[in-house]
Amino acid sequence: MKAVVRTYTPWHQRWSAWAVAALALGAGAGSVIGLAQGVEAPSSPATAASSAGAPRTLIPAPPEQATARNPLLMRGEYLAQAGDCISCHTRPKGAPFAGGLPLKTPFGTIISTNITPDKEQGIGNYTLEDFTRALREGKAADGHHLYPAMPYTNFARLRDTDLQSLYAYFMQGVPPQKQDNPKTELAWPFSMRGLMAGWNLLYLRGKPYEDTAAQSAEWNRGAYLVQGLGHCSACHTPRSFTGGEKASTEKGELFLSGAVIDGWYAQPLRNTAEPGLGTWSVQEIAQYLKTGRTAHTAAFGAMAEVVGNSTQHLSKEDLTAIGTYLKSIGDEPGVVTAVVRSTTDPTAAALRNGEVSKPGAMVFVNNCAACHRSNGEGAQRTFPSLARSSTVAAKDSSSLIRIVLEGSAMPHTKEAPSQLGMPSLGWRLTDANVADVLTFVRSSWGNQAPAVSADEVAKVRAATGKQASK
Amino acid sequence: MATQRKLAVDAVLVGFGWTGAIMGMELTAAGLKVLALERGEMRDTIPDFSYPRNTDELSLGIRGKLFQNLARETVTVRHSLAETAVPYRQLGSFLPGNSVGGAGVHWNGQHWRPLPDDLRIRSRYEERYGKKYIPADMQLQDWGVSYADLEPHFDQFEKICGTSGKAGNIRGQIQAGGNPFEGARVNDFPLPPLASVNSAILFEKAARDLGYHPFPQAASNASRAYTNPHGAQLGPCNFCGFCERYGCYNYSKASPQTTLLPTLLHRPNFELRTQSQVIRVNMSPDGKRATGVTYIDAQGIEVEQPADLVILCAYQFHNVRLLLLSNIGKKYDPTTGKGVVGRNYAYQLNAGATLFFNKDQPMNPFVGAGSSGTVIDDFDGDNFDHAGLGFVGGASIGCINTGGRPIQQMATPAGTPNWGAGWKRAIKDNYLYTASVGSQGSVMSYRDNYLDLDPTYKDANGLPLLRMTFDWKPNDIAMTQFIGTKIQGIAKAMGPRDFKMSVRKPGDHYDLRVYQSTHNTGGAPMGADPATSAVNPYLQTWDVPNVFVMGASAFPQNFGYNPTGMVGALAYWSANHIRNRYLKSPGALA
Repeated sequence: MKAVVRTYTPWHQRWSAWAVAALALGAGAGSVIGLAQGVEAPSSPATAASSAGAPRTLIPAPPEQATARNPLLMRGEYLAQAGDCISCHTRPKGAPFAGGLPLKTPFGTIISTNITPDKEQGIGNYTLEDFTRALREGKAADGHHLYPAMPYTNFARLRDTDLQSLYAYFMQGVPPQKQDNPKTELAWPFSMRGLMAGWNLLYLRGKPYEDTAAQSAEWNRGAYLVQGLGHCSACHTPRSFTGGEKASTEKGELFLSGAVIDGWYAQPLRNTAEPGLGTWSVQEIAQYLKTGRTAHTAAFGAMAEVVGNSTQHLSKEDLTAIGTYLKSIGDEPGVVTAVVRSTTDPTAAALRNGEVSKPGAMVFVNNCAACHRSNGEGAQRTFPSLARSSTVAAKDSSSLIRIVLEGSAMPHTKEAPSQLGMPSLGWRLTDANVADVLTFVRSSWGNQAPAVSADEVAKVRAATGKQASK
Repeated sequence: MATQRKLAVDAVLVGFGWTGAIMGMELTAAGLKVLALERGEMRDTIPDFSYPRNTDELSLGIRGKLFQNLARETVTVRHSLAETAVPYRQLGSFLPGNSVGGAGVHWNGQHWRPLPDDLRIRSRYEERYGKKYIPADMQLQDWGVSYADLEPHFDQFEKICGTSGKAGNIRGQIQAGGNPFEGARVNDFPLPPLASVNSAILFEKAARDLGYHPFPQAASNASRAYTNPHGAQLGPCNFCGFCERYGCYNYSKASPQTTLLPTLLHRPNFELRTQSQVIRVNMSPDGKRATGVTYIDAQGIEVEQPADLVILCAYQFHNVRLLLLSNIGKKYDPTTGKGVVGRNYAYQLNAGATLFFNKDQPMNPFVGAGSSGTVIDDFDGDNFDHAGLGFVGGASIGCINTGGRPIQQMATPAGTPNWGAGWKRAIKDNYLYTASVGSQGSVMSYRDNYLDLDPTYKDANGLPLLRMTFDWKPNDIAMTQFIGTKIQGIAKAMGPRDFKMSVRKPGDHYDLRVYQSTHNTGGAPMGADPATSAVNPYLQTWDVPNVFVMGASAFPQNFGYNPTGMVGALAYWSANHIRNRYLKSPGALA
């Protein structure tokens, strides 16, 4: 009994077992398949049987996944997950990959397109060559240029075999959707898609990834995933004023050095002192990407979505490879070490003694301490630690301010299903309150990050429109 | 007349609290397409129980934001067959839940297993005291299921809930510091007990000095961060004092939301429809099988939902009412004692003492949790010799500090004015120095304590309300009088400056206005004999094998504990038999 409760058999595996049962039961099976496909059978033999007192057979519905047994499609699905295609190409509550999601960029709002194999609205008429050109060169089948909100500069790193798997998946593994494509209308001059040709000359340099011989296979796998499908740099690498990433491989010092995007500060992913990954282990990076949380921290903002839609589906080996690669960028291994947490922290001692004279201390006690505790350490995997936290110590406080104003929730993942959340506090805290409490948090329990001003809070509040939420 | 008909599902769950969530998890894991129908709304930790709005005592604790809206549907109540029942219009004695999570959202988390002999109570009393000891009108019944049958499921439910406690009996070995009277458990609790507060420490010492066996209340308020077998996470309880009547903002209290829904709501073969109030179970023309249910949706439209399996998972009252409205099972007749649906309604009879200490003993009552405290089980069940006492049953006695909330948890010593300067002074002098000792007493089942459909009053949909005919009986008053003396002894030994007692006396009638507990039981009792039980030992209705009835409506009489531990274990037990036996060969399991 316990084993059954702990594990949830994938749909297609259960179906095969049930299918055998259905065949064995003969007459019952036909009607049940009708039911399972959502077709109502008003006077099916089963209904007649039940009114005569004979019980109907209970059989679960069959799967709709065409990928279930085809290794090529399964591989393609896995790669599509690694590329997180679904996040941008699906509108809220919309059909997967049918597009329609507005993406805010500094150049205007770009609406994602339908990439299901529908022949009119989607990419059903794409050949493998068309598909490859779109992913590697940012050109649609009809020759028009895509905007680089589509991370083709990253996808240019993809190897042929992976492009073939992805193509097979999008053609055969994704149900076609008729959903039409709202046109993206950027203001002049960005409305001139032809300009992208010039932009591509500047930034589209990547060739399919080639292994670095001096590095391990694991490192190379990590580099391939991070630079290619993972397109981590799309958010975590600073961009020039024309919108190009300032570095595209670990050879550039600004590669994955942190950037502000859509009102969130995407953390540096380099092996540097906080707020970098210097204090993270490879295992913690893998665990974070698998479950959206570690013992001390949790994913928030857009990254929660990335974990939920993409990285949780990656194998442990691939996630470890990503961690190995990220830990190799920046400082030499071992230069940055985690600071040992002090049990006699002065802030914790002061709060326990009711000493709240420091600005922000009272706001902390009244709003934050219930979960994050007076020692700032929260609780294992449940409430993120504020002490020695790379999020708290971030150079740019945008994300911190947003979390306080809007709240945040951990992603739902298969291994860690609870979407533990922090409520929004923007409705009850003034800009000055938020600034005080963040300044307090950023200077307590070993944190040594700069103060946050009420003006910064006001700016984030205005930009995100979170005056007061429910 | 249904105006809409939905596509059939394999199983429909009526109500979506603890048992609905358990059944949803178990039946989707078995591969069934499962639909849950909940009359209330969706609720989750965020936004519904968010700090700090969750600590608004007026809207939640007093006005009952999370509870059933009695203006739409309630029960009528009378003390005896000769009276005309009147509706329970204001929340008082009990607080049925509403919306997703049901009462599993606003319970205290006091997590118990019944005693092995509680489940074979008639056999036990007849063996030990003789048949004549049991009063003639007392319909004492064995449950048809044993403690050993349920042990794996008690264990399972505790692991789901991250229950914090101290075992008293592991595989027959008595454990120091636990409840020595409890049935043997295979495993200790998944988490260690909650930290103890001062009042509970004083209670523990007093009880030990008197020769009793105190132990920490088993708490489904997590004492540590916890991950359950489904991967769902609980946060450590911070003793905020807002458990009973409140959802938990801290992810600490086990509820369907914190323990099961994070997984269940994402399963592709599960669907939840809220604002869908089931009004009847539909039957095949020959009345031998259920064909599904009919519900009223948010737009007021009647919807027919076909299903192969119908599982009633609503609150005890609603389960019984639905059986009555659907003509499933023979209605109970108190004049003949025949019939089963509505039979053996029972409740609990509690007593208590409020203690006021000098200022050298601060109790800081605001540092509280729903299950923070110490308990004794020495006078519960048949843990003590009833010979010569003249009553059946007993009570757990505990000192549990659920909180120090500003409206409801403001005690004053006897003689204090009810308002004005004198009241304020007494509050100021006593708030920090107050503790309480209370009992949860069993109530037995009697021939004329029962449930049926009210002949006069109807709900918002025009359907007859459920009618409760219930009053205290001499047996239970004798029990609480006896327990009262024990409470008094412990209270004195705790060394307060002053204390006041609250114990029902002979001649007292059941008073709906005073909160007692939301532990209403019976009406669809389980058992091995179809003449005296509505459901068999697997919670399957005797007459209609594809209808199962979960919850405390299955209790043949009530015991001296919170029912949730038993309700959860019974749901897992029933689910196990559905998965392993019923689905393979649908039909009567007994």
